[in-house]
Amino acid sequence: MDVRWLYLALVIGCVIFAYRTMVSQRILVSTLYLAGISAMVSIMLYMLGAYQVAAIELSVGAGLVTVLLVFAISVVGDDAYDPPSIIPKPLAMILVAGVAILLGLLALPVAAKHTGVGAVQLSGILWEQRVLDVWIQMALIFSGTLGMLGVLAEGKSRQRSGLQTLTEIRGEVPQSELYKKIPLGQEDDRLPVVVDQEAKEVVWIKEGSKKSDEEVKA
Amino acid sequence: MNADWFTPFNIVIAGIIGLLGVGLYGLLIVRNLIKVVMVLQIMVKSAVLALVLAGQLSSRAGTAQSLAATVIVADTMVAVVGLAIAIQVRRRFNSLDVPDISTLRG
Repeated sequence: MDVRWLYLALVIGCVIFAYRTMVSQRILVSTLYLAGISAMVSIMLYMLGAYQVAAIELSVGAGLVTVLLVFAISVVGDDAYDPPSIIPKPLAMILVAGVAILLGLLALPVAAKHTGVGAVQLSGILWEQRVLDVWIQMALIFSGTLGMLGVLAEGKSRQRSGLQTLTEIRGEVPQSELYKKIPLGQEDDRLPVVVDQEAKEVVWIKEGSKKSDEEVKA
Repeated sequence: MNADWFTPFNIVIAGIIGLLGVGLYGLLIVRNLIKVVMVLQIMVKSAVLALVLAGQLSSRAGTAQSLAATVIVADTMVAVVGLAIAIQVRRRFNSLDVPDISTLRG
C-alpha cells in the first residue's frame, strides 16, 4: 500500500475524530475520541521520522491526558449539558474557513521546498544545543504538579472547614439535571454545595448536619 | 489524481489545517469547560505536527523535534491545570458553562 494513502487515511481519521470530540454528547466518549486522535498523530509523527516525539505524544497524549480527563470526569460527572454557543455557528464557520484558506495559501507552497533530512540525534540536540528547553520542561512539570496539588488541596481545606458537596454526602456522581444555575446576588462566603431543583433555591449543607434526601428536598 | 500535489507533506499540511480548523471552530462554539480543554489539546496536536513537518522541510529536524517535545509538555501542564480549575469551578459554581464562571459585573 502506498504510504500516501496511509497518510490520507490518518488525516481524514484525525479530522473526523476531532469533530466527534467536539459534538459528542458525553464527555467520556469525547475523551476516547481525543485519545484516538493522539494515537493517529503519533503514527504520523513516526512516519515523518520523529520517533522520540511520537513516543512522547503517544504516552502523554493518549495515556496521561486521557487518564487525567477520566479522573476529572469522575469527579465532576459526565455532564452532557453543553449549552448553545454564544457566537452564531455560521459566523464561526466563516471565520474558520477564512483562517483555513489563508493557512493553506501560506503553507502549501512551502512543501515544494523539501530539502531532505538526514539522521536526527534528538538527545544530542536536546542536551547540547537546546538545554534551555529541557530546563523549561522541568520547570513546567514541577509548576504544573504543584499547581494541581494546590488547586485540589483547596477542596480538602473546604472539607475540613465542614462544607460538603452533594457528591460527598450521597455518593452520587452529579448530573446536569440535578443542578440549576445559582441566582446572582446569592453568593456567600460558604460554598454553594447543593442546588435543589425542586426547592428552587440554594441549599447549604454543613458537616455534622447530614440530611436525608427528603429533608434536603423539603 | 495529480501526483505533484498528492505528496505526503501536502497531505500532512492539509491535516494540520483541518485539525486547526476544527479546533478553532470548537473553541468558538463550545462552552463546556472540560471540552474547551479537549479542543485546546486538538489545536496543540496540530501545532506539534506542524513543528515536526517544518523541521523536515527545513532540514532542522532536531531543533523542531526538541521544540515539539517542549510543546507537548507545556500542553500537558495546561491540561492538568485546566482540569483542576474545572473541578474547582464545578464544585463552586455547580456549572461547567464558561459564561457562568465570570463574576465580572457591568
